[in-house]
Amino acid sequence: MAKVILPADMGQLWEAMEAHPEARLYAGGTDLLVRLRAQAGPPPALVCLERLEELRIIEERGGELFLGAGATHAQILEHPKVRGRLPVLARALASLGSPQVRNMGTLGGNLVTASPAGDSLPPLYVLGAEVQLISRKAGRRLPITEFIKGPGRVDLNPGEVVAGVCLPKSEGWTLQHFEKVGRRDALAIALVSLAALLRLSSEGVVEEARLAWGSVGPTVMRAPQAEAALKGRPLGLASLGEAAELAGQALTPIDDLRASASYRRRVAGNLLLRLAEREA
Amino acid sequence: MRINFVLNGEPRRVECDPDRRVVDLLREELGLTGVKEACGAGECGACTVLVDGQARLSCLMLAAQLEGRELTTIEGLAAAGQTLDPLPASFVETGAVQCGFCTPGMVLSARALLERAPAPSRREIRQGLSGNLCRCTGYQKIIDAVELAAARGRGDEPWPR
Repeated sequence: MAKVILPADMGQLWEAMEAHPEARLYAGGTDLLVRLRAQAGPPPALVCLERLEELRIIEERGGELFLGAGATHAQILEHPKVRGRLPVLARALASLGSPQVRNMGTLGGNLVTASPAGDSLPPLYVLGAEVQLISRKAGRRLPITEFIKGPGRVDLNPGEVVAGVCLPKSEGWTLQHFEKVGRRDALAIALVSLAALLRLSSEGVVEEARLAWGSVGPTVMRAPQAEAALKGRPLGLASLGEAAELAGQALTPIDDLRASASYRRRVAGNLLLRLAEREA
Repeated sequence: MRINFVLNGEPRRVECDPDRRVVDLLREELGLTGVKEACGAGECGACTVLVDGQARLSCLMLAAQLEGRELTTIEGLAAAGQTLDPLPASFVETGAVQCGFCTPGMVLSARALLERAPAPSRREIRQGLSGNLCRCTGYQKIIDAVELAAARGRGDEPWPR
């Protein structure tokens, strides 16, 4: 039998983590419990984060939007500051798992699991998210691109907890897009996903493009060549087709039991073409 | 470990290992076998229960997490006080039950949906039930059942005699 500790405030959290340095932090459990059950050997002690109000805060802080790591996907999705202002994130979260999984799983859990297929991650990359970490004594903050180091690998030290994610003030994006391709619409892992932010001039010329793909590399992948191919040109099938070609070359998908690398490469590029249909 | 929670409207105090999964606690210790386990990994919804009114997966929840919560299983819905819940009856009437293994989870997800949206569209019903897999019915009759229960819950449709 493993110990399960439910700290009610941050003081109790630090005490529990110091008393059980070997314990795993347990957020929504939707990934961790599945993995622990598949694992041989005695289960580790678990420190549950679900009762920590401090980790569930969603609020504006000095022009930034702070999303607490303990907030569930459903809570973030329903929050007016996300629903109205960050459709790229809202669409991604709406496609994550299922209603039950969204009621349980948390943003912090999705970050620390660091799956290349984590649905919240491509939007966080294009939005320029920074990850706020805290420990009993200090805090630090780093870009998501530095926090996530590889599949399942993050820059989190013993004694540290992810407090949340800071999103910079909206930079006037004309178009926010997310699409995920899976075997079915719900309860499906992404074979390929794309998050895109575009700023267009009044004439429809791309002033800035940010693109990030899921499930086509060890982490979420950007393709600066594809972004550059869109910049300064009118948004349409011609420029998007060229960007799709460049994206296909830049991404590094693998063959696995769900899809082949060549399929993923092709679909990743083709997902860009959808931007031509999107009303700005 | 002693855990205090409300089970189907009744305050309970149970003695159990804190890392016991809720699905095992319910089925094996409390005899509530309406809760089903199929995938055990969060991919099918058969083990759905309501925790403080929200649909959650009892195969991915530990007993310790129940402390202070209100838990509803399919048994609690059937016995919900004096008023029969319209959902189980509408599932039977519309032929939404074939093998029946997904039904408890399906009904509880529908209950959570109707609390949020008393008059859901068919699309909203599909989304509300998207975390519950059924391998028999093809889903159409399940959606019919939820529509009927919603209409009865609003008083727009009569109850059967």
